[in-house]
Amino acid sequence: MSGLRLGLRTEPIKSLLRLERFPHIWCPGCGIGTVVKCYIEAVLDSGIPIEKHVVVSGIGCTSRAPGYIKLDGFHVIHGRAIPFAVGLKTVRQDLEVTVIAGDGDILAIGGNHFLHAARRNDDINVIIVNNFIYGMTGGQYGPTTTPGSITTTSPYGFIEGAFNIPYLAAVLGANFVARWTPLHTKELTAAIMEMFKVDGFAVIEVVSPCLIYGEMNNLPPLEIMKAFRDRTVIDHEADLSKIDIDLRDPRKPIVLGNFVRRSRPSYQTLARELIKKARGGG
Amino acid sequence: MSERISLLAAERAEEWLLKPGVYFMQGNIAAAEAALIAGCRFFAGYPITPSNEIAEHMARRLPQVGGYFIQFEDEIASINAIIGAAYGGVKSMTATSGPGFSLMQEAIGLAAMIEAPIVIIDVQRAGPSTGIPTLVGQGDIMQAKWGSHGDYEIVAYLPNSVQEMFDLTIEAFNTAWEYRVPVVVLSDQTVGHMIEKLRVPPLEEIRIVERRKPEVPPEEYLPFDSRYLVPPMAVAGEGYRFHVTALTHDDRGYPSTRHEVSEKLVTRLVRKIRENEKVIGRYESIMVDDADLVVVAYGITSRSALKAVREARREGLKVGLFRPITAWPFPYWGLREAVDRGASILVVEINMGQMVHVVREYYANITEIHSMPWAPGEVPRPHVILRKIKEVYPR
Amino acid sequence: MPGKVSLDVLVPIRGRRPLNLSKYARPVGRPVVNKDICKGCGFCIEFCPVGVLEFSQDVNSWGYQYPVIKKGMEGACVNCGMCERVCPELAIEVLEEPPVPYEVRWA
Repeated sequence: MSGLRLGLRTEPIKSLLRLERFPHIWCPGCGIGTVVKCYIEAVLDSGIPIEKHVVVSGIGCTSRAPGYIKLDGFHVIHGRAIPFAVGLKTVRQDLEVTVIAGDGDILAIGGNHFLHAARRNDDINVIIVNNFIYGMTGGQYGPTTTPGSITTTSPYGFIEGAFNIPYLAAVLGANFVARWTPLHTKELTAAIMEMFKVDGFAVIEVVSPCLIYGEMNNLPPLEIMKAFRDRTVIDHEADLSKIDIDLRDPRKPIVLGNFVRRSRPSYQTLARELIKKARGGG
Repeated sequence: MSERISLLAAERAEEWLLKPGVYFMQGNIAAAEAALIAGCRFFAGYPITPSNEIAEHMARRLPQVGGYFIQFEDEIASINAIIGAAYGGVKSMTATSGPGFSLMQEAIGLAAMIEAPIVIIDVQRAGPSTGIPTLVGQGDIMQAKWGSHGDYEIVAYLPNSVQEMFDLTIEAFNTAWEYRVPVVVLSDQTVGHMIEKLRVPPLEEIRIVERRKPEVPPEEYLPFDSRYLVPPMAVAGEGYRFHVTALTHDDRGYPSTRHEVSEKLVTRLVRKIRENEKVIGRYESIMVDDADLVVVAYGITSRSALKAVREARREGLKVGLFRPITAWPFPYWGLREAVDRGASILVVEINMGQMVHVVREYYANITEIHSMPWAPGEVPRPHVILRKIKEVYPR
Repeated sequence: MPGKVSLDVLVPIRGRRPLNLSKYARPVGRPVVNKDICKGCGFCIEFCPVGVLEFSQDVNSWGYQYPVIKKGMEGACVNCGMCERVCPELAIEVLEEPPVPYEVRWA
């Protein structure tokens, strides 16, 4: 343990990054870079061969992630990462397929696919980075924007309701549901590793700061990260119906945890059994 | 870590394929069986009349050959799923009709951009919009080529019989996997639902194309290597660790906003089909060599038009039939000789005039081109086509 | 609630210092900043449990201030790696240095 060594912890992570494309496009204070590092850490420690890991994303800031990760990666069209991933996973069940995309991509335009992939219990992993905004396009509201927020398309305050992602995922039947932040790097990495082991639909929401959302709602990223330190509560047994988030409210805790762990058989497992049945094997 | 099951249970798949022989079969079913013979092992679809027989047949047959069938929540999920499957290295297909085909357009652009081989069977019906779900139409000709935004090329086949539903579906897979391009089988409700004689040849006689695999080690592999018109295709999970994006990208697959990158990419995407148009494009010419009027008709309309053309001949008119078997690339060169000789053209189609525009693009400045549009919902009968032939026949 | 680690824990106050403290050593690290990758978010500065870092006076080629070790705190870093973990850019990494016995305050 003696001797001068740099990068003991960071070298393995760098080995799975497309460093030639760094520095990445994410803003100062954006949590996505950290999420990418946690994902890579989990991949390295997963026990699954690296070449079997595949990343799929849609469109948005978070969806730029595969472009920086040195794995087979598919940056497809807005909202359609999940069906692409399901098609790929179903025909190649040797692969570990992870969707990394944002709140708008997965839950607005991609909402129907999220709904049904959870219902089918497709064996894919979905990491939703929730920054409560459409960052890439300049700061419009989305289905998780906190009511009252100022965004470019809600200049007088957002008047819609917002999804509570863990609640939604749990109700839809996901086998694994968790929520963490880019400050909780160890817990996040551990949760991603758990995700890989799940046979079925696995969802992790990562609540993230966003410079764009922050500028319009007086929530600088550093302040959000401090809130992640000071105002988060880890409660794996939390009543999911009550864990919606309001970053602007200093009295409202942000509840984190590994909330759901179920073992309903995945669609792909059942589909394999269908083959035997169809051939008269019962 | 539970053991992951790899590719499909491909063993003994051949036992479950349609055996060579003569059958009396519905067009939609023939296309489904052809897909299985071509190696299709994944079907994703959404019910829509008049294509449902394809999905239903695949639901029953795919597990038997070790494949997977998923009826998704909508057409958009279906088309994206088959693109995902293609990048897993598995031949995949969907089937739909006009309204579903419209929903799929964005993803067809994706498939063209990331050069994913997929096959879409569009059993056209009367439109526009919901139209008449149970009756014939040919209104998707233009949509097949221009439906998505931006510049790209696709290939589209026009079967006019159950045999062609079989043969052209196999050819569709071959074209898709050879050129890494989305391919549409533009069938129609009548051809899809008709029941006719089908001859299935022995498997050894059927040409099946597989993807061209990379010939270099992963460190040297460029997923969109522009030194090739059609780059060799790596698939996920084999160690190539490549990046695919629908953003305009360079040879490495990385996004770029530079104009020279856009020019290189978009040019290659269209060139790979345009430069091979005479290999990919297909047509049939009947009695065209001495014709003064060439009737251009495709799909079910060509069957009715052929009868009209034969009747016209019996009445002493020198009429021929030019039947495009690919809508795209449009086999314009097959009309060249007749047009140079002075023949005029009559395009008959079950729409308000779609292919006629393409014919005009090539030959309007050389000869007379007449359009016989026919409102969707019915095949124009031979005597109606004959009446039009006589009306426009050159004096 | 997790918060900053008190300096007292690292360097126990005189009255409660174990008699054999010199047999033990604490890890030492030296944060190394790739300043032209840094985007000045301030996370590493905020979440260092010892408070070793502060913003530089000058700016990097992008115009961002970047973290530097506070004057007099060279050697206070305990090589926990929090800055590495929390940095979204991978702009800061910690060089491992030989551990120091607890008698010594700062190197």
